[in-house]
Amino acid sequence: MQLRSAQPKAAFEAPSVVLIKLTVNGQDLSLQVEPWVTLLDLLRDKLELTGTKKGCDHGQCGACTVIIDGKRINSCLVLAVSRHDAEITTVEGLAQNGELHPLQRAFIERDAFQCGYCTPGQLCSAKALIGEGRTRDRAEISEFMSGNLCRCGAYPNIVDAIQDVVEGRS
Amino acid sequence: MTPFSFERAPDLTSAVKSGGRFLAGGTNLVDLMKENVERPAHVTDINSLPLRDITELPKGRLRLGALATNADTADHPVVQARYPLLASAILAGASPQLRNAATNGGNLLQRTRCFYFYDTATACNKRTPGAGCAAIGGLTRMHAILGSSDKCIATHPSDMCVALRALDAQVNVVGVDGERSIAFKDFHRLPGASPEKDSNLQPGELITGIDLPAKAFDRHYTYLKLRDRLSYAFALVSVAVALEINDGIIAEARVALGGVAHKPWRNEEAEQMLVGHAPDPELFARFADDVLREARGQGDNDFKIELARRAIKRALEQAAARRPQSQTYKRIA
Repeated sequence: MQLRSAQPKAAFEAPSVVLIKLTVNGQDLSLQVEPWVTLLDLLRDKLELTGTKKGCDHGQCGACTVIIDGKRINSCLVLAVSRHDAEITTVEGLAQNGELHPLQRAFIERDAFQCGYCTPGQLCSAKALIGEGRTRDRAEISEFMSGNLCRCGAYPNIVDAIQDVVEGRS
Repeated sequence: MTPFSFERAPDLTSAVKSGGRFLAGGTNLVDLMKENVERPAHVTDINSLPLRDITELPKGRLRLGALATNADTADHPVVQARYPLLASAILAGASPQLRNAATNGGNLLQRTRCFYFYDTATACNKRTPGAGCAAIGGLTRMHAILGSSDKCIATHPSDMCVALRALDAQVNVVGVDGERSIAFKDFHRLPGASPEKDSNLQPGELITGIDLPAKAFDRHYTYLKLRDRLSYAFALVSVAVALEINDGIIAEARVALGGVAHKPWRNEEAEQMLVGHAPDPELFARFADDVLREARGQGDNDFKIELARRAIKRALEQAAARRPQSQTYKRIA
C-alpha cells in the first residue's frame, strides 16, 4: 500500500477585516471588524457595552434595539461594517452627566421592568418613539412599541412610563 | 455565518459588476445568513448608492427609491396623501425597528418565512432544487392556498407588495445588460417547477426604484390584515382593496391578497365583475367566491379559504364605505 501525503485543499484565505468608524455614545471609534460581525456582537463583545441584550438574535424580540443616526433599529441584524460613519446610542448613553434620562426615571417610578432583560431595548425604542411622535394615546404607543417583547408582561407599566415622559410628568 | 468577502460599492456600475449578493438594510439577508440558508461568498454593500430618495415624476407619478426605508416611505407626506393604501400596508408589517432598516428593494426581495425553507435539516426545493418539499404534508398553517405546485407551497410574506400589486407599480432594475422596467404583476413568480426562483430578476440585476402610477385610489381603499397576533406577525390572509367609485357606481376595482400564495394574488378578470355596479354585500360575496374558486388547502391552512372569503368581503365593504382599516386601532372597521 502506498501512502500519499494528503493533498492540501485550496488555501484558506485569512478573513479580512474592514476598517470602520463609529461614534458610540458620543465617543469616536476606529475599529477593525470582520464583515460577519453584527453591531450587537460588536457592542457587547468588542466594546464591552453589555447593556444591549441578545434576546432572539433574529430581529424578532427587540431586546437588541439601539439608536442609529436617530432611528431605532435591531442591532442583531446589522452587519457592523455596513454602518460605517454612523452615530450610535445604546442604553449606556441615555443618562447624561450622572443624571438618569427621564424615561429611565419613569420606568423606575412606574415599575416598568421586572427581570430587566428587555429593558435596555425598551428604553432605546421608547426614546426614539418619542422623537417619532407616535404617542397620541395608549393604543398608538402600544402599536409603535410592538417591536419590543417583554415576557414578564410589564407592558401596561411601560406604556404608563412613556406617557409620563410624553406628557411631561417625569 | 459562513465567512464571506465584503465590498462597499461606490456606484451603480461597480455594484452591478461586483458579482456579490447585495446588502441593503440586511433585515432578511443577515437573518438568512445566520441560519445558513443563504451563504454568499461575496457581499456587496449597496448602502452608498444614491437610491434613497422619493421623487415626484411627471404626470402625477411617484418614484420610491430602492434604498428608501420602509418607514421613510410610509411616513412620506406624498405617500400618505396620495397613496394611503401603500402607507397602511407598510405600517401593518414587521415592527418600527425593522421598518427603519428595511428598504423598499429589500421588501420586494424578501424570501418566504416557510419554516421548512428556514430549517436546513429539512427538504426544500427552494433551497435545493430537486430535494423535495417537507412542507407538503407537514405543518402548513402559514402556507399557500392559491397558485402552489407539487414542488412548493410557500407564501410571499410582504404586506407592502400586496399594496404595490393593487396599485400596479413598476419595478426599475439595472443589470449588466442595462436598465429595464418590470410590471409588478410580472416581478414575483409562482413556484411552478422552479421554486428556487422567487422573482424574474436576472442574476446580478439590482432594483433601483419602484414607480407608482398617478392613479392613487386615495378615497376608497383599505388594507385588512388578519394574523395570529394583533401586531408583529405575518399575515394569515391580507386584502388590499382600491376602488374608484363615481356617483355610487364602481368604475374600477383592484383587490390583491397576501398570505395566500407565492406572490401577491390578484384576479383581474374577476375584478371586472365589480365594475359598473353599486357596492353591495351580495356582489362582494360572489366576487370572493370567484377569486377563491381554485383555492386548495394543505391541511392546516384549510381555514384560510373561508377566512379569505370573509376578509375580501369585509375589505370591499370598508373601502366602499371609506372606512379603511386602521393599523393602530385594532377593531375591525
